[in-house]
Amino acid sequence: MIAEAGLAALWLAAGLAALQFLFMILALRSDLAVARGMRSIAVVQGALTLVAFAMLLIVFARSDMSVKLVFENSNSLKPFIYKVAGTWGNHEGSMLMWVTILAAAGAFVALFSRRTSERTLVAALGAQAALALGFYAFLLIASNPFARLWPPPMDGQGLNPLLQDPGLAFHPPTLYLGYVGLSVAFSLAVGALLTGEVDSRLARAMRPWVLAAWILLTLGITAGSYWAYYELGWGGYWFWDPVENASLMPWLAATALLHSINVLAARGALKAWTMMLAVIAFSMSMVGTFLVRSGILTSVHAFAIDPERGTFLLALLAIYVGAAFVLFAWRGATLKEGAPFELVSRESGLVANNLLLSVVLGVVFVGTLYPLFVEAVSGEKLSVGAPYFNAVAGPLALFLAALVGIGPLLGWRRERRPVLKPLRIPALIGATVLAITIILAPNIHILPRLGFVVAAYLAAASLLPLIGRNPLRAPLATWGMVVAHFGIAVALTGMAANAAFTSETLAIAKPGQTLSVGPWLVQLQDVTPIAGKNWTANEAELRVSRGSGAITLKPETRYFSDPPTETNEAAIRTFWNGQLYTVVGKPDASGAWQLRLWWKPFVTLIWAGGALIALGGALALLGRVWRLRRRARQPEWQRERYA
Amino acid sequence: MSRAVRFVPLALLLLIIAALVWRLATPADTNVHSHMEGRAVPPFALPAALPGKPGLTSADLATGRPRLVNIFASWCVPCIGEVKVLEQLRGRGVRIDGIAIRDRPDDLIQFLAQNGDPYERIGSDSQSVVQIALGSSGVPESFVVDGKGVIRYQHIGAIEAADIPAIMGQLEQAR
Repeated sequence: MIAEAGLAALWLAAGLAALQFLFMILALRSDLAVARGMRSIAVVQGALTLVAFAMLLIVFARSDMSVKLVFENSNSLKPFIYKVAGTWGNHEGSMLMWVTILAAAGAFVALFSRRTSERTLVAALGAQAALALGFYAFLLIASNPFARLWPPPMDGQGLNPLLQDPGLAFHPPTLYLGYVGLSVAFSLAVGALLTGEVDSRLARAMRPWVLAAWILLTLGITAGSYWAYYELGWGGYWFWDPVENASLMPWLAATALLHSINVLAARGALKAWTMMLAVIAFSMSMVGTFLVRSGILTSVHAFAIDPERGTFLLALLAIYVGAAFVLFAWRGATLKEGAPFELVSRESGLVANNLLLSVVLGVVFVGTLYPLFVEAVSGEKLSVGAPYFNAVAGPLALFLAALVGIGPLLGWRRERRPVLKPLRIPALIGATVLAITIILAPNIHILPRLGFVVAAYLAAASLLPLIGRNPLRAPLATWGMVVAHFGIAVALTGMAANAAFTSETLAIAKPGQTLSVGPWLVQLQDVTPIAGKNWTANEAELRVSRGSGAITLKPETRYFSDPPTETNEAAIRTFWNGQLYTVVGKPDASGAWQLRLWWKPFVTLIWAGGALIALGGALALLGRVWRLRRRARQPEWQRERYA
Repeated sequence: MSRAVRFVPLALLLLIIAALVWRLATPADTNVHSHMEGRAVPPFALPAALPGKPGLTSADLATGRPRLVNIFASWCVPCIGEVKVLEQLRGRGVRIDGIAIRDRPDDLIQFLAQNGDPYERIGSDSQSVVQIALGSSGVPESFVVDGKGVIRYQHIGAIEAADIPAIMGQLEQAR
């Protein structure tokens, strides 16, 4: 009954989405009054998808094995939290989550958006409904999450053990919220292109959505990176895997959009470019979903692969992105550029930011799809790995980080003051760090060395917008910017330290034997078998010391029975100055065990930086929403300088 | 903004979609192919591994008809199951030669008596020299060699009953 109720809610929501789209066409062609009911339709549609998703949660929580999806992805022995998380740990469930977020976002726009004209809002809601419609069709035709099995089997087949991790409970939903949050920017851009009302009002309506989606993407990527780091047992935080790139690309586009939208909001300039970015950002989200779901590129993330579904998703991608691009080509000429600006100005700083981010996006995109193009043209097989991305995207990212220090110091329209003057101290700090790394670590690679230098300079430069004023009276948006830019410096430090100073020991050891890694001595005490709820494991006991004060680490190799899989559970100990990362592998015939040990100085700064960047976004969002309330009372000329 | 520039995104999109459609239509071949495929068998001459059956030289492989060369050993557990599949292949007219790795005649005689003997010739590779020259890293492995003595296919691991059609296909192609 519950599954059927969910299915019914989904069909109803699909019907309402079709109605909503129809209303949009009628309203734009003839009379806006037709669209009076549109807001309520969007709200009900959103509510119905929430009902459908809740029904799926219930069947998973109850382990109702008569539902095919539960049977295939769950098991009664699984801990409760993973039963619930299993709802989105599979293709159908995650697509239902996708469409639920899409429709709920539409409902939010309908409820709260008052900034654009009614015409643009109607067009945007229509576009959102059109997006949802395709994904409803996909769910109902090609991946029904509520399909039943008869007779109901005794127990389920289980969930991929790699996904039985607290990370799974948060990583995909966060990333999906981010992906799909960008759909609102897409719909607003399409709506504004349809009505021709691309102006600063639109930018202000779009900005909170972009900001919120960007925060969630940042968190999702950061959390995903940490999850891969400790769960896969490879000791790396980023592999330039196609699916990682698939989440990075929307983030890069959203970051560019986040900055260009400020130009549109404040100065009414960069209209066509900002609309293009809004379209591209969500397109990249769809590309990401397509890459993950179709399994078209070989990836560690290939959890749910099906070429037929890939075809359906590709068709949706082609239709939506194609339609938006056609609209752009058709209406782009009608966009009149806003106020002009001079070479040294906030606007041109943001243009530089956008150009660099776009180039990095292009680099990642080309690198991800290049093997496909080469094979299509010449039949030759190759893969593009980390060396390409690091060598090409690395220097660009460093250059961008260097510019991040300057941009916020520039004023709108033209900057007549000597802007480089306040940068003297950050530059001095950077030079000092350069000298220190040359003296203390003469042999490290050029990229990590530059990373340290730029990070030190940026950490200081990012604080400048708060200098020379009362920091407590600076707007929250300025604080957000400062925190986010500082976070870049923090993450950069972690990446540089990881690249420059990681030490690694791969060895075979017998109990009693001692190995060294970095400053640590690691002694293998013993390996003992242990058992969990749905797994058994070999647990190694490692005695770790650095001169005095030993601690114990217990890495495991786990064997799951449903489905039969083996995972490495790394044992990681965090210190103030780095992480000790240990993995135990298989025994050989003589009773010696494979051990992989890493000492990673300051690696945690990578994720701390990511968290700071997201926090900065959250502060800015809070500031925007709060200021919105005051705006009515405040005259235009009082606008904050560093907003 | 000029008209041409506005159509650039659309053109790029079409290009990308075309590539993705192509990939969906022709799924990637995820098999890893051996580097030895297409190369001639390196010259070797192995003595007989047991009395009463001739040894194996590279010249024996270039007989104008495709042959299967099986790398095995009496001490190799998966080989026991594989020999029975090889017997079935021989029943279908496949000519099979063996290379016994680090083996002893007595053990080999017992192994063949217990599990069956599909081999026309068996060379004794007591130090794995030929095995390494062939690019084989373990037992069992098998090579489809065409009539000119060129390696056409390398099968890593035991040939199982389910692999028979694939092996027959490879032998057919090597003809």
